[in-house]
Amino acid sequence: MKRYDAIVIGAGHNGLTNAAYLAKAGLDVLVVEKNDYIGGAAVSRELHEGWVYSSCSYVCSMMRQSLHRDLDLSRHGLMLVPYLGTVNFDDHGNTLMSYHSEAAAYNELKRHSRHDADAMFRLQADLGRYAQVIRKTLLRTPPDPTSFRIRDIQELLFLAKQFGALGQKELYEYIRFFTLSAADFLDDYFETDIVKASMASAGIIGTALGVYSPGSSYILLHHVMGDVDGSIGAWGLARGGMGAISNALASACKSFGGEIRINAGVDQIIVKGGRAVGVALSSGEEIRANIVVSNLDARRTFTKIMDRDDLPPGIFEKAENFKIRGSSGKVNIALSGLPKFNNVPDNPYVNRGGQAFTGSMETMERAYDCWKRGTWSDDPFIESVIPSAWDPTVAPPGQHWMSNFIQYCPAELADGPWTPEKRDQFGQTVVNKLERYSPGFKDLIVHMEVRTPFEIEQEVGLTEGNIFQGELTIDQLLFNRPFPGYAQYRMPVKNMYMCGSSTHPGGGVSSACGANAAREILMDLRRPNTVPEDDCYDE
Amino acid sequence: MSSADFSTEKPRPSPFQPRLDERNIHDAWSSWNGYKLAEYYYEAEYEYFCIRNTCGTYDICPMQKYFISGPDAEKMLNRMVTRDVTKMRNNRVSYVLWCTDEGRLIDDGTIFRLADDSFMLTCGSPSTAWLKKSTLGFANVTIDDRSDELAALALQGPTSCAVLKRMGLKGIEQAKPFTIHHFDFLGDSLMVSRTGFTGDLGYELWIKAELALELWDAVYEAGADCGIHPFGEQATNMARLEAGFIMPGYEFNEALKTVHFEHDQTPFELNLDWMVDFKKPHFNGRAALLEESRRGPRYTLTRLDIEGNKPAEGSFIYDSRDCSRDIGYVTSGMWSPVVKANIALAMIETPHLNGELWAEINYEKELRHYSKVARCSVKDEPFWAPQHARETPARDY
Repeated sequence: MKRYDAIVIGAGHNGLTNAAYLAKAGLDVLVVEKNDYIGGAAVSRELHEGWVYSSCSYVCSMMRQSLHRDLDLSRHGLMLVPYLGTVNFDDHGNTLMSYHSEAAAYNELKRHSRHDADAMFRLQADLGRYAQVIRKTLLRTPPDPTSFRIRDIQELLFLAKQFGALGQKELYEYIRFFTLSAADFLDDYFETDIVKASMASAGIIGTALGVYSPGSSYILLHHVMGDVDGSIGAWGLARGGMGAISNALASACKSFGGEIRINAGVDQIIVKGGRAVGVALSSGEEIRANIVVSNLDARRTFTKIMDRDDLPPGIFEKAENFKIRGSSGKVNIALSGLPKFNNVPDNPYVNRGGQAFTGSMETMERAYDCWKRGTWSDDPFIESVIPSAWDPTVAPPGQHWMSNFIQYCPAELADGPWTPEKRDQFGQTVVNKLERYSPGFKDLIVHMEVRTPFEIEQEVGLTEGNIFQGELTIDQLLFNRPFPGYAQYRMPVKNMYMCGSSTHPGGGVSSACGANAAREILMDLRRPNTVPEDDCYDE
Repeated sequence: MSSADFSTEKPRPSPFQPRLDERNIHDAWSSWNGYKLAEYYYEAEYEYFCIRNTCGTYDICPMQKYFISGPDAEKMLNRMVTRDVTKMRNNRVSYVLWCTDEGRLIDDGTIFRLADDSFMLTCGSPSTAWLKKSTLGFANVTIDDRSDELAALALQGPTSCAVLKRMGLKGIEQAKPFTIHHFDFLGDSLMVSRTGFTGDLGYELWIKAELALELWDAVYEAGADCGIHPFGEQATNMARLEAGFIMPGYEFNEALKTVHFEHDQTPFELNLDWMVDFKKPHFNGRAALLEESRRGPRYTLTRLDIEGNKPAEGSFIYDSRDCSRDIGYVTSGMWSPVVKANIALAMIETPHLNGELWAEINYEKELRHYSKVARCSVKDEPFWAPQHARETPARDY
């Protein structure tokens, strides 16, 4: 029977990245995927003829440019197109437009508050400074602060140098920043609610925290530290939908000789004598490999496809306690035309990019209260994008699809399990809110895909539908991700690794987790490293 | 001051000007051949992505358009340019170069063969004087400069064919690259060529200036759902560099405008060997070019992929990391958003092409200047040459 050098479980973007780099280094690699399509949460699906949804993730800013370049993903069909013009809507129908030109952006802020227009410059500089440090850690394996190995000490020194370069005052600020709430952080800059709310929403996306919860300011940074072609904070759409990223990675992987099998869900990682030796598929088939890499989240990996007895004491419990709470839903809507929104000028640069229905700081917090009580928010925060306004390949000409990301939506409801009826009610809540800001919206609807945490977990495999494979709070970041002592991609069972967003640097379509894991694996195999450095060091 | 008259100093409006003014919301103008030309309309990178992702239009009215006709027209052009014009069939377009007797490049352009004895020559710089010299010895050729009478609009990008189909240009998807087609437009003739300067699928539309606005409106109405957007000089320059096309003022200094000895270029230096046809009868610069083809060009224009992401604009190229001896210079450089590479065209002393190449890149960050040395590798293929740009029938996106 064939024995692979490595098996990667899950053809999400990190699994494919990991496999591509292992294959590039000459390993015989197999990726196994439970679904009949690849991509995990970076996927494009035609669920209604003529419309291609990015069913889960929908925009991209963290994709490591050096990986894109090194794997020649453009040649494999990937084009990332930056989009502009997000409009923030408050509870009263007021709008705050984001413009590309600095002059227009300043004038727009000034329309709301002269004070906040000035303060925005300071916020951008501060965020830029914080982002710069974190960005440099993305394509590096976090050091183990308790280790005395030379590499760990070197990496700790690297970190110390980066943080040290901030200067004493900024260093204090930065440390504080990691534990602040988005609201407290923004209070130091702004006086108007609409400006605060427009920035704070980035602090809750994908996380079971509210804008007033400690730790949400880091999430905010996580959402603004990405870039498109060096334009920090910019977001891009993948031409053809987010699946174009996975497809390009799969194509790169295959070009190096890697194999990908769909309809091959893993029931069990086979462990013999404390070593991972292969996987058992749900079909009963067993496949052997010298190395097993899990792209599944930490909870799922250790509690669903591993035998508790194969794990050292405590690991199962750590996985059970890993914070991976579902907090968001997704509603994808096919539209027969471009919706028009209230109080937005008829300007093609702002009237079609993104919409953030932020409401107010209080509305977002009240939406969080619903989640705590085990119901979906009745007036949720919605972040929308209309990819078809930019991408000619995802909807028929003149028709559109709108991606709506909804916060909050619990994985478990107080009144019992999710049912198709409740799912549809949740979808209706979202549509009702959109209709409020865009009268006539409902008449444009051609098809809808409603995804609660339940569907996301069932279909994609993300525990509780958590988009980050585990929350991005300080207790689960850097050398704490997924668990202290296991942040270097090696897991407690020999020859077993993790490469998904449960590992450093966490969620987002960055490919960094998969690439970092590949680097560690190659190091253990004493093979030359094929993973490039990040290209952000001299920015 | 209210009586001041600046009209003679201001750049001339394009036939499309009213529409261009509406779209150039930041008032970013430069000029080309005396005409007002947009640097960008909204933002250069945005427009660049329209070229690569949807489609855009570029006002090429300022381009020079000479109609050359008569029994001697073919012979005259064939003596002037380095390619063999006699091989061109009617309704075909050919990219051409013309040189001085010393084989130095005067300009590049395109020849449209409209009929056996009728051609249109387009080029970036006014060439009336040189054309007149080139007719010397040919009695039966007339040259008609229709630069101001003919409006032209480049429509470029993956959805450009879909736009023309929606405009009602039947069968346009069957048009092959470098072919010319005629359509009725408001009772007049609209000439469409599958040509362009972006390396993507694209067309150029030619119509009499009086109908320019009507053409613009028809194109924009048809393109409304195809992501159409005007693009300016900056986006053009990005797209053409990815496609590897040369540009005067960057890769070459027009020979007739060159002061310093051999600060102009030859076709061989520009890596355009395939454009020079020694099999045809005598043409301008033939002897000098033949001589150069024997000894090899002093410089060779080379496509470079450069480490890191800092554009190498204006960089020297060295043969070693210590930068002790320069062997060339970058003519154009940029970070390519679609290729995701730091690309450049560089003139490199030919004997050094196979050795190590290093660029010394200067860049600035918050008023401080930095310099880094980056390894360059030579790319044999164009940086960007998508399949859909060459395919017939053309795709919808």
